[in-house]
Amino acid sequence: MDNQYIDHAIILAGILFCLGLVGVMVRRNLLFMMISIEVMLNASALAFIAAGSAWGQAEGQIMFLAVITLGAAEVAVGLGLTLLLFRHHNSVDVDQLNKLRG
Amino acid sequence: MIWAYLYNIVFYASCGVTVVATLLMISRHNAVHALLYLIVSSLSLAIIFYLLGAAFAAALEVIVYAGAVMILFVFVVMMLNQGQRSAALEAAWLPARGWIIPSILAFILLTLLLLGMNSEHPLQPYGVHGVAVKDVGIALFGPYVLVVELASFLLLSGLIGAFHIARKMPSHMDQNTLDEAGNG
Repeated sequence: MDNQYIDHAIILAGILFCLGLVGVMVRRNLLFMMISIEVMLNASALAFIAAGSAWGQAEGQIMFLAVITLGAAEVAVGLGLTLLLFRHHNSVDVDQLNKLRG
Repeated sequence: MIWAYLYNIVFYASCGVTVVATLLMISRHNAVHALLYLIVSSLSLAIIFYLLGAAFAAALEVIVYAGAVMILFVFVVMMLNQGQRSAALEAAWLPARGWIIPSILAFILLTLLLLGMNSEHPLQPYGVHGVAVKDVGIALFGPYVLVVELASFLLLSGLIGAFHIARKMPSHMDQNTLDEAGNG
């Protein structure tokens, strides 16, 4: 069945993913980059939900569960790394964090 | 029929709120403001999930993203701003213009929610194959039980990794950090 809402939800997912990508590339603060990655994960989750609704299958929501689990684990580890970098360098600016053993 | 119009209004207004909140979020200079916009973005995405027939996913979006993940971000924002300048930052973080636009966006979402709930026919997923939570649960613990196991592995490794990475360093590292904080 053709449904405009599914199409528009997929378009919205594309827009959100591009916005998150722009955020990752433009911002130089590690915290903002993590937030933008969250937006990109949200966009992919929306695409999964829309596809699951289009086909009437439960797999879309199962992949949504996998995506939010991934997002939660990513945020926990990423924010831990952010804290560690801040303790070492007193900064979360990725332009200053360009040495592995700095 | 008015019901389809209502669905249209709520769906596209939620899409608009999501895009506007995300645009404002990636252009903020202040982490707390960006987090406010991220909350609004998650809430409006939850409305879209519900309208697409995934009510359980909508609830999870609110609980996990607007709840748990946001708590983590707020904790880290608080821990990144220790020391003398934190008090001045607290005052500078939330001026009226900082929270008034997220409040307006959240108010739009509340209006949409009330609009959907108060009509004669409560707003329901329309024209899509809604998947019941029961079907999701049966599929999750039937053919996709490996996904559950992988998710538990992932969360456990995330927990251990975050604990190991972010714990306090031994004494000499602590001294360095204290000195830097004192100088800064």
